[in-house]
Amino acid sequence: MLDTIGVDSVDELFADKQQQHRNPTLDLPPPMSECDLKRYFGELATMNKTPGEYACFLGAGSYRHHIPAIVRQLTSRSEFMTAYTPYQPEISQGTLQTEFEFQTLCAQLTGMDVANAGMYDGSTSLAEAVLMASRVTRRTRVAVLDSVSPAYISVLRTYAEPPGITVDVVSADNPELNEDTACLVAQQPNFLGYIQDMQAIADRAHDAGALFVVYADALSMAMFTPPGDCGADIVASEGQALGVPPTFGGPYVGIFACKQSYIRQMPGRIVGRTVDSQGRTAYVLTLQTREQHIRRERATSNICTSVALIALMSTVYMAANGRHGMRRAAELTYQKAHYLASLIGGIPGYSVVDGGVFFQEFAVQCPMPPSTLNERLLEYKIIGGLDISEQLQNGMLICATEVNTREEIDAFAAALAEIGTTV
Amino acid sequence: MTTLLERLSQDRRQLLMDRSVSGRVGATLPESDVPHQPLPEEGLLRDTLDFPEVSENELVRYLSQLSQLNFSIDHNFYPLGSCTMKYNPKVDDEIASMPGFAEIHPLQPDATVQGALRLMWELQQRLIEITGMQGCSLAPMAGADGEFAGILMARAYHQDRGNTQRNKVLIPDSAHGTNPATANMCGFEVVTLPSDANGNTDLEALRFSVGDDLAGLMITLPSTLGLFDSNILEVVRVVRDAGGIVYGDGANLNALLGRVKLGDLGFDVMHSNLHKTFTQPHGGGGPGAGPVIVGERLLPYMPTPVVNRSADNDGNLIYTLKAPPQTVGRMGAFHGNFGALVRAYAYICTLGDQGIANISHDAVINANYILSRLKGYYDLPYDRSCMHEVVFSARNLKREHGISALDVAKRLIDYGIHPPTMYFPLIVEEALMVEPTETESKETLDGFIEVMRAIAQEAQDAPDLLHNAPHDTPNTRLDEARAARRPYLRWQPED
Ligand SMILES: Cc1ncc(COP(=O)(O)O)c(C=O)c1O
Repeated sequence: MLDTIGVDSVDELFADKQQQHRNPTLDLPPPMSECDLKRYFGELATMNKTPGEYACFLGAGSYRHHIPAIVRQLTSRSEFMTAYTPYQPEISQGTLQTEFEFQTLCAQLTGMDVANAGMYDGSTSLAEAVLMASRVTRRTRVAVLDSVSPAYISVLRTYAEPPGITVDVVSADNPELNEDTACLVAQQPNFLGYIQDMQAIADRAHDAGALFVVYADALSMAMFTPPGDCGADIVASEGQALGVPPTFGGPYVGIFACKQSYIRQMPGRIVGRTVDSQGRTAYVLTLQTREQHIRRERATSNICTSVALIALMSTVYMAANGRHGMRRAAELTYQKAHYLASLIGGIPGYSVVDGGVFFQEFAVQCPMPPSTLNERLLEYKIIGGLDISEQLQNGMLICATEVNTREEIDAFAAALAEIGTTV
Repeated sequence: MTTLLERLSQDRRQLLMDRSVSGRVGATLPESDVPHQPLPEEGLLRDTLDFPEVSENELVRYLSQLSQLNFSIDHNFYPLGSCTMKYNPKVDDEIASMPGFAEIHPLQPDATVQGALRLMWELQQRLIEITGMQGCSLAPMAGADGEFAGILMARAYHQDRGNTQRNKVLIPDSAHGTNPATANMCGFEVVTLPSDANGNTDLEALRFSVGDDLAGLMITLPSTLGLFDSNILEVVRVVRDAGGIVYGDGANLNALLGRVKLGDLGFDVMHSNLHKTFTQPHGGGGPGAGPVIVGERLLPYMPTPVVNRSADNDGNLIYTLKAPPQTVGRMGAFHGNFGALVRAYAYICTLGDQGIANISHDAVINANYILSRLKGYYDLPYDRSCMHEVVFSARNLKREHGISALDVAKRLIDYGIHPPTMYFPLIVEEALMVEPTETESKETLDGFIEVMRAIAQEAQDAPDLLHNAPHDTPNTRLDEARAARRPYLRWQPED
């Protein structure tokens, strides 16, 4: 091949100018065989305390649910897994049609008109929702209820502040808006797990001429009134709960849905239906003049590679569970969480915060710092809830879903009681 | 009248909602094993969820059939320029799905996820070594997100020094669209830099554009023309002397592995598209990962978190998630696309020191081999040796036979090969950007070359064959204008 190219060595192909920097030393370990590789990574994996082996009661944006076997089977098909973004629609109808299904399911779940094909994760989806609200209203402030997850607020700041949007964290009890407010952002259920009166918050936003942006928990929408029925203009959500393993935080999939009138301001990939030259139905990436490869610095977002395969996992999950399975998964989760709360409420020294109706998680005040408690719980093979002592004194955010068995829940309550008496 | 055959092929494309039959379900759930808990008042609950009802078997068949409408790298050669469609080793998928990685929760205390943190720390170190940089954050979730993190760091760096007047970012005219889109998201004004006749950065124009208002430069090396900018050291010097930050778009890192380290050339920050250079399967458009790897000036500003290693009193190594002191913040809710990081690190371990350098060796030879053998059949806008990819132009075919880059691309599909990237970079008329990658054999390349030559011949002899291509696909060319004019973005009941 070098002969065909007309050089003696590959070095000749690298420009002369960088001679002094050419072929640097690489201080890396030697290659591993597949056998060694599996052993080494197997060792790393077993150094983690893994939910399943440990009972786990963490939520706060990443949830454990049963994932039907077909999710992994179907999404592992290399036709889906090893294709690129569907720029050539004639040979990408598999990806395109499944993305169209995802958009349909997300629009229906959120109760909105349309959804895109997915964003990196729920938090960036929320950030993009706020950027879009600012474009739509041409206003430069955003009001975020103080009941929104602190992690999401911090992601929001990362994305919103550089282009000149001011993020105001406002009281959930009495949000103050003004004529510069582009949108009001609420989380349903809120960070502590409680359901809020969305319509009332929507009215506050709309009265001020602002859009109402809702970050909604994905599975809760199968059971509770969806944001689309409570005045939401844009809805962001984390699709992870729907068929995606926790995977230490990613890859996940951000759901992004909105009203029809805003479609030309949406970020991300959007698949539309059309026909081919023989009049047959087909699907294609559309409204691409919003996107970076065409609009460049005037694009609605810089997103390019997104999370198509994870969106497919959620699609399979939603389709497999379907109309009734989704509701049942949500209700089972509700049952487990409420059973756990009822047990904890009866343990001396612990109190469940009375924040109204909750879905899958709730806040508890513990008789000792949650970090200490969590350390002790490991002895019982339990991974406790999230330490939220910054928000609530000795506060722990506790989550249970349908994968937590009664046995696990009883053991958790018993361990809390036992550790509680040692204060 | 539709024939039975036509109807069956339509039926195969029916959407889930049209397949729905009341009462069917494709997944089972357990009975509740806890005492019944009262539900909240009706008013809070959803009336109906308009979701499909399909059985498991039906769902499997539907999606399996749909999958077969896709072209994939496992199917055949996929020389999609700038996208680095290399073969994805299967063992990496197996490793990423080990329960000790897939099941761990992102908010577990650090002490319970030492294996995951150690993996991330080791990957940070490898990326630092490969690029000659000094720090790394794995948080960004794709290349564009890495760009965003990098330019945010440049912004924070200038703000810290009170240089808020530095509001311009220089970007070559050959750059990928994510570069200008990113600079704009960070609140900067984009100034486009022309390329010179050889495809290098135009130094005159560069010197003219730098000043007190310069925030930095975003540059891709090798460039999106597949060329190693022979002015690069001078480019870096000019920008740094003017007080600017040099950002490297690492999408083309494949060409540099083991050959050149951007850190050695004076770059301040770069991202690596792990899904390109380090083989995360593309998944039909993600997920990927776009770690940022930074030099000394920007270390304090990296996005959070970064994994730190320290030793406890007994000398045991402890890994912890830390926020850099003046971090630009969080890119996402958690710590980046961990699943993609596991795969990329497994790939790096497989390759080891020697394997890493072999990548650029083979990738560059493969691209130059194609260049040499297709030159004369297709226009070569920059007649010099290339790096890991080669950009041809179909402008001669267009002028002489009315055949566009699009026609060539679609005709390749008839031959069972994925088209190259078309119409990018924007500065090349009728561009066809071919990136073979290192994982393709000489036989595969020869097959591609033969087909490309045949297509050039067909352009003369039978242009309609190209205009009407592809012929043998589930759908012929699509009416894209109609899709955009009348957006139809979800299933609707009146269908
Ligand atoms: C040169 C270049 N820069 C940046 C990107 C963006 O990377 P990503 O798609 O991972 O966001 C790409 C990918 O398409 C690219 O080719």
